[in-house]
Amino acid sequence: MKFDTPAGTNPIDRETVVGQPHPRIEGPLKTTGRAVYSYENHEAAPNAAYGYVVGSGIAKGRISSMDVREAKAAPGVLAIVTADNAGPIKKQGFYVAKPLAGPEIEHYHQAIALVVAETFEQARHAASLIRVDYARAQGAFDLAAARAGAKPHQRQPDVRIGDFDKAFASAPMKVDATYTTPDHSHMMLEPHATIARWDGDHLTIWSAQQIVGWARRDLGNKLSIPQDKIRIVATYIGGGFGGKGSVCSDAILAALGARAVGRAVKVTLPRPLMPNNTTHRPATIQRVRLAAGRDGKLVAVGHETLSGNLPGGGPEIAAAQTQLLYAGANRLNLTRLATLDLPEGNAMRAPGEASGLMALEVAMDELAEKLGMDPVELRILNDTQVVPGAGPGRGTSTDPQSASGNQGKEEQGPRPFSIRQFIPCLRTGAERFGWEERNPKPGSRREGRWLIGMGMASAIRGAPIIPAGGRVTLDGKGIVTVESNMTDMGTGSYTIIGQTVAEMMGLPLDRVVVKLADSNYPEAFGGGGQGGAASATAGAYAACVKLREAVAMKLGFNSADAEFIDGDVRAGNRRAPLAQAAKDGAITAEDKMEYGDLSKRFEQQTFGAHFCEVAVDAYTGEIRIRRMLAVCAAGRILNPITARSQVIGGMVGGAGAALMEELAVDKRFGFFVNHDLAGYEVPVHADIPHQEVIFLEETDPTISPVKAKGVGELGISGVAPAIANAVYNATGVRVREYPITLDKHLTQLPEIV
Amino acid sequence: MMSEIEMSRRGVLAGSAAAAALVAAPQVEAQPAKAPAPAPAPAPATMPVSLAVNGKRRDLNLDTRTTLLDALREHLKLTGTKKGCDHGQCGACTVIVNGERINSCLSLAVQHQGDEVKTIEGLGTPDKLHPMQAAFVRHDGYQCGYCTPGQICSAVAVLDEIKRGVPSHVQADLSARPQPTNIEMRERMSGNICRCGAYSNIAEAMAEVAGGEA
Repeated sequence: MKFDTPAGTNPIDRETVVGQPHPRIEGPLKTTGRAVYSYENHEAAPNAAYGYVVGSGIAKGRISSMDVREAKAAPGVLAIVTADNAGPIKKQGFYVAKPLAGPEIEHYHQAIALVVAETFEQARHAASLIRVDYARAQGAFDLAAARAGAKPHQRQPDVRIGDFDKAFASAPMKVDATYTTPDHSHMMLEPHATIARWDGDHLTIWSAQQIVGWARRDLGNKLSIPQDKIRIVATYIGGGFGGKGSVCSDAILAALGARAVGRAVKVTLPRPLMPNNTTHRPATIQRVRLAAGRDGKLVAVGHETLSGNLPGGGPEIAAAQTQLLYAGANRLNLTRLATLDLPEGNAMRAPGEASGLMALEVAMDELAEKLGMDPVELRILNDTQVVPGAGPGRGTSTDPQSASGNQGKEEQGPRPFSIRQFIPCLRTGAERFGWEERNPKPGSRREGRWLIGMGMASAIRGAPIIPAGGRVTLDGKGIVTVESNMTDMGTGSYTIIGQTVAEMMGLPLDRVVVKLADSNYPEAFGGGGQGGAASATAGAYAACVKLREAVAMKLGFNSADAEFIDGDVRAGNRRAPLAQAAKDGAITAEDKMEYGDLSKRFEQQTFGAHFCEVAVDAYTGEIRIRRMLAVCAAGRILNPITARSQVIGGMVGGAGAALMEELAVDKRFGFFVNHDLAGYEVPVHADIPHQEVIFLEETDPTISPVKAKGVGELGISGVAPAIANAVYNATGVRVREYPITLDKHLTQLPEIV
Repeated sequence: MMSEIEMSRRGVLAGSAAAAALVAAPQVEAQPAKAPAPAPAPAPATMPVSLAVNGKRRDLNLDTRTTLLDALREHLKLTGTKKGCDHGQCGACTVIVNGERINSCLSLAVQHQGDEVKTIEGLGTPDKLHPMQAAFVRHDGYQCGYCTPGQICSAVAVLDEIKRGVPSHVQADLSARPQPTNIEMRERMSGNICRCGAYSNIAEAMAEVAGGEA
């Protein structure tokens, strides 16, 4: 099915099931421990051996020798996979670092061996017996020091519109500030884990993968296995946030280990390996220059961002959203990438926007203060309904994890937003949060020992839509089963795809069976770039349109007139039970939703506004979040329960980014020091108050017939700067180096007397 | 911030380790032919242990290094209890042993001879949910579901701790009976990390169950 003109009215618009607050359909399994995650699939591999990953002890250089004899002789050991015996592993795919190093080492904790043994305890012990000698080489580990060698990147061309320098120099009101964001770790609760089993030359992996199609592609390419000989199953995924975007060392090594021992092998990455072995959100250094007239109208908007990565890796596209958020005639937008020898930087929840807004939205707060203007009003004043200038978009549609779906090609004339409820988000949020109670003078509101502050920030995040398919089968009992290789890592896919099918077929949700995350099912992209919900439900829609036609034909209805309501098919004064169509046998329909150029003609984005109130201990500088509100405009909300959870989860991630999360870099030896959940601090229950989320009424007919967009990444975009601005409002101390920990403002807090 | 002394000590240690590796390399390359094969290591020690898991006696003979967590997951196939970090940092492995919640990754199975172990599977089933499990479903107190069994076991135990008068450091008056307030429950739940960020909903699920009990 081709979607190339804006959607008219269709069955989804009835919203009898879609849009309703159904609890997650897999909830009873998850809450009783019956949902089976990858490593737990005892049924699929009852006799699996255990693999234990050994990580490199240096960041850069080579292995000069590796003595595995003692490990090999240890009890229970079946095989040791190293680069010496693994066979060729090609370097291609979503992740650029090699999943198994040797003799060259690209980064710290890069896998150098997998020990396979009868039991986990035996494998772990034997791993400790491997003796490695390294020849350590010099590496680049300091982003600021690597700036001189930084270069532009094809993924985000420079934007220069008007005369930025002149406009900035001559404007009466300006901000010129540099902000830093540190490296962040995904730290999803389920570590990367895989069971691999070979049946002849056919490989099956049960593996935590956000995007089954990419996992199959990359596993096949890296190990030179034809894709039709690979099956990927990822029924339940214990969180991903971008960190399970394709196969990592656990999957590759499990496959190699299983081949070496001739039986299934299960591998989970030990938690302390995760931050250095896998990917992370790269640190940025961002300079934002904003210039405005005395009326607050922006005349010059400059955003320059620097990040680093391994050779072949991409930049953090942290400045791009600035092109879309505010008006302004003169613009400078530069993305620079330095080569570093730290672990690979890659997608983490709202790559680009999450980091970029942490700079831009604080700069806007600084500008508002200089202007003596309310921060909400400043943003409203600088709204734009078209993309400023005719500048390039961002990213490529094949890489939705790293950028929104817009193409990089030059456009003629201004491109309109498909829908932009940015101002309503700001106004609704201000009203519902009680923004008028904010005292614009920082450090002036006190409650006992607490300094109280309020802050806000804008949110924007791309709404990519990716071709996706689905297969639906109606059986004689009137049950419809939908199959798709879409995944659910907590995003709510099971429920919203079920709701979509139920709506299309005129059934209650409990008459729909949803089967996901298996590469044997039709390709439907997966979870990433907040593109999954919109794409996979559109794929299910396409399949259902075909099934409706087949059902109507079978029952002798004209398919154009047939309505599917309450388990019946109706047309005129005729009606027949849906199940009757399958009385002679199940009916299966499969289709794929493909797209024309609407995503090029319209700028498709999601918008929001975040508000936050904090209390800062006047004596200790401790920061406590007291209230949080998000207002989101993100197309049709398919399920307000699961969508809200996506947003509050993003808000928790934003709280972490604002106040605590930081991978500390050892710049001498090139690794992240705090590489576990004790050292890498993330928000816990005590840090997070009750959270409010408001979804504005919206449907976007340019996206798909379902008219839905994602919300999971909008939920984190803009949260951290809203908190940062609230902290500033409480204390009067502007901290521009995230995270805002108490040591950074303690000595400058207002006098206590 | 690191002190000058600490900084230099760490630098010296790290520096000398790297130097040793560089010097050692050529020698090692020459070694393999001469070095004797390592003696076969002795088989791992095993011990019998009996646990009462969800009311049912389970007899196991385990490698003594096996954690209670791995005994449950790998030997008894009770995979509802999750391994998030294996280091007592995340709470995903929380189970209730003799009425007290513990991180099952931090204790060896053989330490639990005769103990009563309650896991998420023992609290309720999909058809017959425990009130806390039902509240988690109603309030969407989870997303990916991986921390969820630990959150629920902790939540059940926390309400019991409050009922029994076990104090916490957020109580204004340590001698007063603790109450299941929002901050009291959040404090006691803070050993259970939810990276999806369902905290606000978990607090509501717990409040509902606590209210029902009160």
